[in-house]
Amino acid sequence: MTILRTDGIMMRFGGVVAVSNLQIKIEEHEIVALIGPNGAGKTTAFNMITGIYTPTEGNVLYTDEHGREVKITGKKPSDIAKLGIARTFQNIRLFKELSVYENVMIAKHLHLKADFFSAALHLPHYKAEQVKAEVEVEKLLKSVNLWELREEKAFSLPYGQQRHLEIVRALATNPRLLLLDEPAAGMNPKETEELTAFIRKIREQYQLTIFMIEHHMELVMDISDRIYVLDFGETIASGTPQAIQDNERVISAYLGVEEDA
Amino acid sequence: MAKKRNLILTVILLAGLFGLAWYINFETDSYLRRIVNLCMVYAIIGLSMNLTNGFTGQFSLGQAGFMAIGAYAVGIFTVPVSLRPSVFYAAPMHPAIADIHMPLWLALIVGGLCAALVAFLIGAPVLRLRGDYLAVATLGFSEIIRIVITNAQTITNGALGIKDIPPLNDVRYIFAFTAAVFIFITALINTSYGRAFKAIREDEIAAEAMGIDLFKHKSLAFMLSAFFAGIGGGLYAALLGTVDPKNFLFTLTYNFLLIIVLGGMGSITGSMIGSILVTAGLEFLRIFDEPLELFGVAIPLFRPGFRMVIFSVLLMALVLFWRRGIMGTREFTWDKTIAFCKNPFGIFGRKGVDKA
Repeated sequence: MTILRTDGIMMRFGGVVAVSNLQIKIEEHEIVALIGPNGAGKTTAFNMITGIYTPTEGNVLYTDEHGREVKITGKKPSDIAKLGIARTFQNIRLFKELSVYENVMIAKHLHLKADFFSAALHLPHYKAEQVKAEVEVEKLLKSVNLWELREEKAFSLPYGQQRHLEIVRALATNPRLLLLDEPAAGMNPKETEELTAFIRKIREQYQLTIFMIEHHMELVMDISDRIYVLDFGETIASGTPQAIQDNERVISAYLGVEEDA
Repeated sequence: MAKKRNLILTVILLAGLFGLAWYINFETDSYLRRIVNLCMVYAIIGLSMNLTNGFTGQFSLGQAGFMAIGAYAVGIFTVPVSLRPSVFYAAPMHPAIADIHMPLWLALIVGGLCAALVAFLIGAPVLRLRGDYLAVATLGFSEIIRIVITNAQTITNGALGIKDIPPLNDVRYIFAFTAAVFIFITALINTSYGRAFKAIREDEIAAEAMGIDLFKHKSLAFMLSAFFAGIGGGLYAALLGTVDPKNFLFTLTYNFLLIIVLGGMGSITGSMIGSILVTAGLEFLRIFDEPLELFGVAIPLFRPGFRMVIFSVLLMALVLFWRRGIMGTREFTWDKTIAFCKNPFGIFGRKGVDKA
């Protein structure tokens, strides 16, 4: 079943076309990668899917848990998150001054049914919801070995752990589709390997579909079921990792073509 | 265990403070009573402002306007009906409200609710703005509220103001309100909603991506802030015994801005400390306003107004050395206090907390 598709979305900033005619189709439980040189429009594509930008043209369509296809173009990012799309950011956006624990608890807020008044009075139905959230958060933090560090402020964690914390925070929203924006950026080969295993693990454990932007080709080729390649806002290729590796346009986009002087 | 102990300690502290309020109410002079009352009213308004500015990170400067609404609710509804013709001598009170009389506590709540309603209406356009723009827009709305009040002659008595408000001198009464506001805000900040507010302060884009509806939560914080500012404004009016549009010039807001910056943006106990320091501090600095002679030589600087110079210098020093206020975003907690008592020098060795 298709979980997300875009019917030729386009994003224009003034005179610059950042992304044009992007057609993406992601099946449930797939890991799909979006690659391309810097400035190709990958993060812009993510921002259109998660509602930070509204596409200049075209629509983003998402199939919700009941199997209904809904148009999410123009919806608020918070509503899109509630539908089950979570994301991480290229340049880590944790709540820096808050504790590790609070960072993840905040992601549980979107499913809270109790209103602020019953929350402030700590009424039983609010407490019951909180206890359930606390149990889930404890489990999540333990899965990435951050439980011991839960009282630390997010900014004081080492870089690699901040990346993990951001993924765990996204997981706490109970997503069906997880968008990872360069999860391995700045990681050494060993950390990248661990991350690969971690992504595979969470996909199985939470029945996730994963759509990721990544520059580490080893990681991408290893983990992806399919790959889309962007260059200057255009989709220049799509297919299995093997097909992408052999694609001449992809090679020329990454390595440049020889020109006669 | 520790949770239960902390709760017991908090109850004991509140009971102790209430006892102190009782003592101050009956055993001390009216000057001290007045300072204590003012401290507590300023604490309520400081707390309310901290909710939007400190916790939700929305730099709003509309507190004076919301105070005015609360103050006028008290002015309009608590003046005895028999005295109203003499108060509204220029133009009689509008017949729809001329006979409505309320006890103070009800007028305070009505004032708070009116302020929250106005915040709801203002919030729709204003809360879409960020940073400086939000500050300027809320400042403007606060002045609009004041000007509307000045011109609604038959309701607010216009520029003449309302006098003969039954005066409130009971320290215990104000203490009860302050404690209630303090407890409610503390409880709210420690819930999921409080965390959502802080998330918005830290990073709006990330908060939104985590499913927090920015407008809904900003609006909620803004309305709650207005509600408590309305109650604070009402108590302020009852304390003064009169209300006048000129009391609520936008410069009044800066007092509370000072309190929360001094105490620490995003700290409840910081706001309490800030309000006491600013209000009481300004009073105790009055000795610098009196002429002083040492060994028969008159010290030349001691004259009326000198305390403001000293106050400003102290403020500058504080802001230079404690850029984030006395408490920062930290709170006074029993756990830390007990740890401090066991090992007073431990605070110097603590890592991660005092950085930045």
